[in-house]
Amino acid sequence: MNGPKLPPARGPLSAGVISALTSGPPPPQVAGADPLGEDLQLALYLCYELHYRGFDGVSDEWEWDPGLLRTRRDLERLFLAALRGGVPGGDDVTGVLEELLAEPIEAVGISHHLRDDGELWQLREYVVHRSIYHLKEAEPHAWVIPRLQGRAKAALVAVEFDEFGGGRAERMHSQLFADLMDELALDTSYGAYLEVAPAEMLAVVNMMSLFGLHRRLRGALVGHFAAAEITTAPSARRMAQGLTRLGVDPLFYTEHVEADAVHEQVLRRDVIGDLLRREPGLAADVVLGVQATDWLEGRFADLVLGRWRSGRSSLLVPMSDSR
Amino acid sequence: MPGGPVLVEGPVEITLDDGSTARSDRFLVALCACRRSRSYPFCDTSHRRRTRPPPTDAEADAD
Ligand code: FES
Ligand SMILES: [Fe+2]
Ligand SMILES: [Fe+2]
Repeated sequence: MNGPKLPPARGPLSAGVISALTSGPPPPQVAGADPLGEDLQLALYLCYELHYRGFDGVSDEWEWDPGLLRTRRDLERLFLAALRGGVPGGDDVTGVLEELLAEPIEAVGISHHLRDDGELWQLREYVVHRSIYHLKEAEPHAWVIPRLQGRAKAALVAVEFDEFGGGRAERMHSQLFADLMDELALDTSYGAYLEVAPAEMLAVVNMMSLFGLHRRLRGALVGHFAAAEITTAPSARRMAQGLTRLGVDPLFYTEHVEADAVHEQVLRRDVIGDLLRREPGLAADVVLGVQATDWLEGRFADLVLGRWRSGRSSLLVPMSDSR
Repeated sequence: MPGGPVLVEGPVEITLDDGSTARSDRFLVALCACRRSRSYPFCDTSHRRRTRPPPTDAEADAD
């Protein structure tokens, strides 16, 4: 039990709220949409974006519109069920993290390709995909802060402080990414590439928002964050090599080689370690966060590499060479 | 973790064998203890155990 207990009612209004909170609404009927398809992923992305920056011409009131929140919940239920169904599960946190910590010798990932023989147009496409997340880097993870306590909270906030530039706006990781986009002559305005980002990319970011916005999924958010930090230092090294080969300033990636080597240690030791000491029952959720990250990133990599192998664009609409 | 870096609170300034200095103002600094880092004296995760390949390598980009 983390929260305070419900107080007694003081009249019909508070009684109604308390009974809604305690007896729960009936389960909704959900339609048979493809949980990982373009339509559902974009719909969910739009719902979530209202909690970040919203949309031009869309009233801010929509963020807390009950009807829309109900729709969002229905979409989330399908998505979350697909995540649970797509991964092996279990509660062996140490085991799943150990798997991520082993560096495969001959793996074929996007960063391997971009290091060795990726072309500039492929790098630009990749940066366009990732802009969906990196222009709000570390923001979905900030939702979890009030849901943590003690050492886990302090340690996660320390990592976030680093992600947000340690107090210096020009060193925020989202700003370093915008600088990289600028160098590649890409549009750095927030959300500029939403319309060309495929479901496989949106799903990665939707997962973060899903885990971040739901207190009950705090274990999954922490598991996701740890999985991301663990896998990024080696891939950032390869990306830095690829960018250098293509004559592009690798600062965004070189910063991440060292930063994420530290973040990984803090996430595992202080955040996950302390969280599970306080709430051992969250182990299965931490595992879900780790495995779902690995699964969705794998689907994204398969899409991109598959398209590139056949000489095609990995975006919904290929880019022209300029902005 | 055995085989991993030594964690020290930042900021740090390290004098290397050749007399040069390296500094980091991160809140926590991971110093390489395995000597394999290409960002020496800072850990770059080169200490990790290496294994036989899986099919596609799923990796987040950076965080
Ligand atoms: S301890 Fe991590 S690279 Fe040496
Ligand atoms: Fe990080
Ligand atoms: Fe980062």
